[in-house]
Parts: sequence; structure tokens; C-alpha cells
Amino acid sequence: MTAPRPLPATLRLCVRRRRVPGPSGATVQVSLRVPSDVSCIEEVVDLVTRHCCAGSSASQKLRFNLRVAVAEALANAIVAGNQEDRSKSVEVNAELSGEVIRIEVTDQGEGFDPSTIATPIEPEELERPNGRGLFLIRHLVDEVHFNPQGNSICMTLRRR
Amino acid sequence: MGFTASKDQSGVYVVRVEGQLIVGNRQELKSAIQEALDHGERRVVVDFSRTGYIDSSGLGALVSISKKVREQGGELRLSGLNEDLRSLFELTKLDTLFAISDTAEQAVGSFAG
Repeated sequence: MTAPRPLPATLRLCVRRRRVPGPSGATVQVSLRVPSDVSCIEEVVDLVTRHCCAGSSASQKLRFNLRVAVAEALANAIVAGNQEDRSKSVEVNAELSGEVIRIEVTDQGEGFDPSTIATPIEPEELERPNGRGLFLIRHLVDEVHFNPQGNSICMTLRRR
Repeated sequence: MGFTASKDQSGVYVVRVEGQLIVGNRQELKSAIQEALDHGERRVVVDFSRTGYIDSSGLGALVSISKKVREQGGELRLSGLNEDLRSLFELTKLDTLFAISDTAEQAVGSFAG
């Protein structure tokens, strides 16, 4: 008997989108749960980008930075956080206003201390194959915060 | 997302990255180039003119590939980076590690010199 084929990512991803009134205007909240499967990342990045940029102006640069930052955060959450354990998932929550895009990516791992991550940008370290993810995020978005446990990253991009 | 590979008439192996180069498919690129090396290819161009974005795993894969090609007496060159993609190489200083041409044709031609 052959093993059942995994479902395509489109059948595993369910996006919730709701409009929330607030004192400084309404925001849109988008959330989805992502399986710990790196093959989902491209589709999730497309979905999140589409929702974040729908109905608002978004420059090509903003879209590019958003895509790379979300791809990085998802890869960290799935690979380093959840260790690609398919029984765990990653929560993506976005809060969208006319001014900013705020995206939180949370895994079910133990978390890490972001201050301990070194970046290989010195000439003698350039041939290191890893360690650039968090560095890229910090340069591509306007603000980055982690929760105390270190298993949730919150990234803010200003629409300008 | 995917890769198309062809051999230029001057004998340069050109791989085009179509879509994204990220954690989910970087191994595919590494395998394709390893296979080319196993078949004796030594002059390799990776072209990004049809690429949307690259993540840090993709950049790391290029670093590994470059090292492997060099260890086997070959040379890797990159081409077709738009402004956004080039900024990733500049931020990470990887623009100092790779020979980068504007187009695949220029990268192929640069081997002749």
C-alpha cells in the first residue's frame, strides 16, 4: 500500500481576515497557521504579501523587503524553531493600517536569544553558508522585536 | 519556481533561477550544479534575471556552490541581479565574494578573457 500523498499547501492554509475599528482608524488583521514544512514558504509569502498590499499603495521596494523578511522569519520558525516537526505549526499574524504593516511570526520551539547571533560580514567569514537571516531582516524592515522567550518575532514596515 | 540549465555554445554551463531561491529549493540548485561538476563542467553561470527574491539560505547555497566549484578547479559567476537582489548581496558583502555581471551573456563572455 502506498503512503497518502501530502496535501498541496493551498489546501492546508486558511487565512482569516477581519477589519477592526480603532481610535486612529480601522486596521485589518490577517492570520494564518502554517505547517512546519519549508515547501509552504513560497505560497505563504505570496499570500501574506497579497493581503498586506491589497487596497494600499506599496512600492516595489516595500513588496520585495516584505517578501524576503517574511520568508526569513518563516524559515527560522520552521527550521530552527520547530525543527521541521510536522506536529508543530507556525502562527502568522499581520496588522495592517494605512501607515504600517506589522507582522508577527511565532513558532512552537524553545526560542533563542537574538543577541547571540553573529553575522558573517567580515572578509574572513564571508564563506560561512549560514547566519545571515536575522541580519537581513534587521536591514529590510523598520523595526524588529522579539518576545522574551525568543520564539516570536514582530516586524514593522512603514508604507511611507 | 525552478531552474533551467543549458550549455552555451562556448561551453559555459548556465543555470537560470526562475522564481525564488529559498530554503525550500536551494538543495535542488546545489544538486544541479554538483551534477554538472560531476560531468566535467568547470565554467558555471547562475543567472537571476527571472528571479523574484532570494533568502539567506539561498545566499548560503551560492556560497557553498562557489566553494565547491573552486575546489574542483572551476569558476562560478552570477548575472542578472536587479536592484533589489543586488542590494541583498551588498548588505551581506557577498558582492565582494562573487564575480557579478549584468547579463548572462556578459558573464559567459567574461570567461573568454
